[in-house]
Amino acid sequence: MARAVTSQRKALNTAIAWTIGLIIFFPILWTILTSFKTEAQAINDPPIWFFFDWTLENYAVVQERSDYMKFLWNSVIIAGGSTLLGVIIAVPAAWSMAFVPSKRTKDILLWMLSTKMLPAVGVLYPIYLIFIELGILDTRVGLTIVIMLINLPIIVWMLYTYFKEIPGEILEAARMDGATLREEIIYVLTPMAIPGIASTILLNVILAWNEAFWTLNLTAANAAPLTAFIASYSSPEGLFFAKLSAASTMAIAPILILGWFSQKQLVRGLTFGAVK
Amino acid sequence: MGRIVLEKVTKSFGDVEVIPPLDLTIDDGEFAVFVGPSGCGKSTLLRLIAGLEDVTSGSIKIDGTDATMIPPAKRGLAMVFQSYALYPHMSVRKNIAFPLRMAKMDQAEIDKRVDGAASVLNLSDYLDRRPGQLSGGQRQRVAIGRAIVREPAAFLFDEPLSNLDAALRVGMRMEISELHTKLETTMIYVTHDQVEAMTMADKIVVLRAGNIEQVGSPLELYRSPRNTFVAGFIGSPKMNLIDGDEAKRHNAHTVGVRPEHIEVSDSAGTWTGVVGVAEHLGSDTFFHVHETGLAETITVRADGEVGFRHGDRIHMTPRDDVLHKFNAEGLRIE
Repeated sequence: MARAVTSQRKALNTAIAWTIGLIIFFPILWTILTSFKTEAQAINDPPIWFFFDWTLENYAVVQERSDYMKFLWNSVIIAGGSTLLGVIIAVPAAWSMAFVPSKRTKDILLWMLSTKMLPAVGVLYPIYLIFIELGILDTRVGLTIVIMLINLPIIVWMLYTYFKEIPGEILEAARMDGATLREEIIYVLTPMAIPGIASTILLNVILAWNEAFWTLNLTAANAAPLTAFIASYSSPEGLFFAKLSAASTMAIAPILILGWFSQKQLVRGLTFGAVK
Repeated sequence: MGRIVLEKVTKSFGDVEVIPPLDLTIDDGEFAVFVGPSGCGKSTLLRLIAGLEDVTSGSIKIDGTDATMIPPAKRGLAMVFQSYALYPHMSVRKNIAFPLRMAKMDQAEIDKRVDGAASVLNLSDYLDRRPGQLSGGQRQRVAIGRAIVREPAAFLFDEPLSNLDAALRVGMRMEISELHTKLETTMIYVTHDQVEAMTMADKIVVLRAGNIEQVGSPLELYRSPRNTFVAGFIGSPKMNLIDGDEAKRHNAHTVGVRPEHIEVSDSAGTWTGVVGVAEHLGSDTFFHVHETGLAETITVRADGEVGFRHGDRIHMTPRDDVLHKFNAEGLRIE
């Protein structure tokens, strides 16, 4: 018999889930609300929840003061470009580790992950100098490369996990059927791993979009993405919370919408292989 | 044409030698079955022929050309896997067409061959389905279809029926045999099931720990097993192997008597014993007889009408003309 779930129990669980959900969502909600307040209302004590004079003034000011589209475009190129580049590099890497593992494969995987544990600031200086030397400081190319490299271990790890779930016999069948390695990856492996690859791409776009350390340190005006756009509204003095919130809302809106529409795919991908 | 010749082939995984030097010839058009207990190296041997594993030393010739270093796709062989290994994201039609597409064949020819294979295998109504929507038997047919469209030099089957239920297995066994008769192409078939080996093979290769124990036709193996291993492995129920005084009486270390070569009676016979388990199959009855003083259990295959029950004392007479004799090394004495 299935486990009996009483209606009270169900209601309680629902309430708990909503509470946790709201707590997680609260900072975003507060940012969005604040973006519609005046600067004075934004720092009012006690805080005003909903009954303030709703205004679009902050958005107007932000639009006027900076070129949102340019930042947005930079974000799209850097997040999209670094993800695409990362996946192109990671698919063959994950393929070889999943299907022709050597004695060192586990070590390589752990070593790659260990680079994520290094404080980014530790390599800022050398990377900064390399960027100057190569003349790619404050360029989209430079930023795309560095962000791709930063997220590459995660992409390889995720793809590796998905590829592991694909039975090796199917790839052997492709080999017997005359597929070259390239054809095997394009026609057999990739289509079978689509859910995994899709969620890897989504997660990586989100990570790259939100990346602030490198984007803030390696850009000035030309290649600055939305993270730099937000940061430019924070200042040591004066009232800026409402405008900062408006900028933040504009910066997170695209990724929020993307996440909303792809949440099913994202959850499916992240639990891929866990349930057969 | 698919004559496959293995010369001094060995395979080691690290320090472990799975296949000691081995020579084997499979003639064109022959149905060869590799049989042996699990872990005997039969699948490894098949994978070496397929090219999915590299030989450690030795050579493999297919149609007279040295294929040892040729990648699997170029060997002109087709393989059917235990798990069917169908492409789950492709329709049945695309699955069957895949090898032809890889061979860059033109679409009209691909369609013709796929439709041909589908009608031979009764798959015509399922061509637009995905493998996930098919039953086990149908999936197996798709896997076979994918193999036959290529018109390969030889087919390799790796325990293709072991995922099917018993009734379906018997049906598919016959379909594969019929296919072999129709195509007259070399087939190499790996199984641990000696019944499959006996019913399908032209030539059985019995393997143990990577060594070939005996090669021969099913009846050769049944009639004159080269050693006690083959004697025990081929035939169902298993041959009774008896050591000790009874064997000495026949000037052998071990004598073997097949269950179907023992007469039972309630009054007189050479041996006596007490029936342990009696398995009534209708057509036959298998008696597992204890307390014979010969071996722990003597298995007897009697007519279905013979009605002894558990605990009955019975008399048994082996047929001397089909008695198998083995020496202390387990080798056959003629």
